[in-house]
Amino acid sequence: MTAVEETPAKGEPYDISHLPLVAPSATTGLFEVFRRRYLLRLLVRREISARYQASFLGILWSYVNPFTQFLLYYFILGIVVGLQDRFQNFAVHVFCGLVVVSFFTETFNAGTRSIVGNKQLVQKLAVPREMFPVASMLVSGYHVIPQLAVLFVVALAYGWTPDPVGMLGLFVALLIVGTLGTALALLFSAANVFFRDFAQAVNVLTNFVRFGVPMIYPYTLVSERFGSFAQFYLLNPIADAVLLVQRAIWVGTTSDPAEFTRMHIPDNILLIGLGAFGGSLVVLVIGQLVFSRLENKIPERL
Amino acid sequence: MTTSIVVDDVSKKFTLRYHRTLKQVTVAAMRRQELSNTFWALQNVSFEVQQGESIGLMGLNGSGKSTLLKLVNGVMRPDRGQVLTRGRIAGLIAARAGFHPQLSGRENIYLNAAVQGMSEAETKRKFDDIVEFADIGRFLDSQVGHYSSGMTARLGFSVAVHVDSDIFLADEVLAVGDRPFKKKCMERMKEIRDSGRTIFYVSHAPGSVRKMCNRVIVLEEGRVGFDGPTDEGISYLKYDNKADDEDDTDDDLGADI
Repeated sequence: MTAVEETPAKGEPYDISHLPLVAPSATTGLFEVFRRRYLLRLLVRREISARYQASFLGILWSYVNPFTQFLLYYFILGIVVGLQDRFQNFAVHVFCGLVVVSFFTETFNAGTRSIVGNKQLVQKLAVPREMFPVASMLVSGYHVIPQLAVLFVVALAYGWTPDPVGMLGLFVALLIVGTLGTALALLFSAANVFFRDFAQAVNVLTNFVRFGVPMIYPYTLVSERFGSFAQFYLLNPIADAVLLVQRAIWVGTTSDPAEFTRMHIPDNILLIGLGAFGGSLVVLVIGQLVFSRLENKIPERL
Repeated sequence: MTTSIVVDDVSKKFTLRYHRTLKQVTVAAMRRQELSNTFWALQNVSFEVQQGESIGLMGLNGSGKSTLLKLVNGVMRPDRGQVLTRGRIAGLIAARAGFHPQLSGRENIYLNAAVQGMSEAETKRKFDDIVEFADIGRFLDSQVGHYSSGMTARLGFSVAVHVDSDIFLADEVLAVGDRPFKKKCMERMKEIRDSGRTIFYVSHAPGSVRKMCNRVIVLEEGRVGFDGPTDEGISYLKYDNKADDEDDTDDDLGADI
């Protein structure tokens, strides 16, 4: 917090000469957001309580939505298309992807709209504006918790035993999605102020994300079809995150985890994941730089 | 004396966008019309404010008062020149911003206070005072969206005056409140002034400016037209031909911005 001057009692001399003379708009970007954690916490809480405001089921919707999606994919792909026979517990496979994809698309979508949506605050108060995309990411992250809970329960029912490498992978996966989501949310939220087209474009992009990751089809099909070109597929950080979660949970629910890992998960997926995290950090830095450049004009363009 | 605000040769340009859609841009390009044009909301504005001064910022509509206020509170950045301030800024430029219509008055107090830089402990400590000053009674726990405009303004003003600010910016609030509340606000602002904090007061009401301020800056089409003693500033603006605005509740008090 900024240095706080208590209001002096009457008669006491009041002096601010020890405070620095600075530009009132100076911010240090994302660092400022973490310096003002209390405000961030309030904004996140506000979003969470606003999302299911006046709904009877409330937070239950966070379970209902992914669960019904899961049932749909399970029925269509597992039973109608018949992937269930070739890939054991294909439903869990899909669910692993779903957790990652919905975290990412939620962050991307809500983050992109966050600055325009908080117009009132942005136009009148000197809040670090990175606050809003970051808050969107945290709100989306909060909704991952019930999904992971459902996933864990299902996986345990299939006889899954958590392993440390897998859990590390899961953690890296969430880091990748959180970082890349924030980075893109920063870029697009600022751009969306200038042209509202960007919010529409994000809708289109998220469709590509859904099919660009090994969620409703296994990675094996990609490597079978494209051979050594499949490595380009792995340049997509979200695909890596999905594979990490599948490595952490899905393979553990099958009858022969070691064999399934060898068959369906690329070698060194943890290393690839760490690389993807590094890449996401680079995108985050770029996002911050672009954001800082555009930020000047945000209040007058809203 | 300590400098509180430095505004050094500040200019701020706005862009007017005529054509925003692809269709409009194409049509305009074919007709060889200008695609955008700009204007200077502020031009080469310079002044310094010492700690403890209370400045009345006056000028006609569109003269750049709001823009200047936004530059001082850090919402906007100047295109040329620089603005420097010392200490924490609170103000009523933000009176109703930061209120979330779906949240209750109580939740909004916490949020608005946090936005203005108050910590959780500080807000808790002052919470009762804020509620008492706003005087919104049993509506504290109903959602702000259902408040009347006067109630919203009262809540906003109340939070703002309870921030331990070093620079206090005031505009617009006094336009919505009823007479007793306006009076309460003016008294509170005088207390702030007398405690030695800097006040930046935007107003069209010569009566209240005369009572509150010891210096007037008049903006004219984005330039400083006058900077000096209150009475001269008011006569510079030719706002002083109304001799009857001397009493405490002058009726044009609050026709702000």
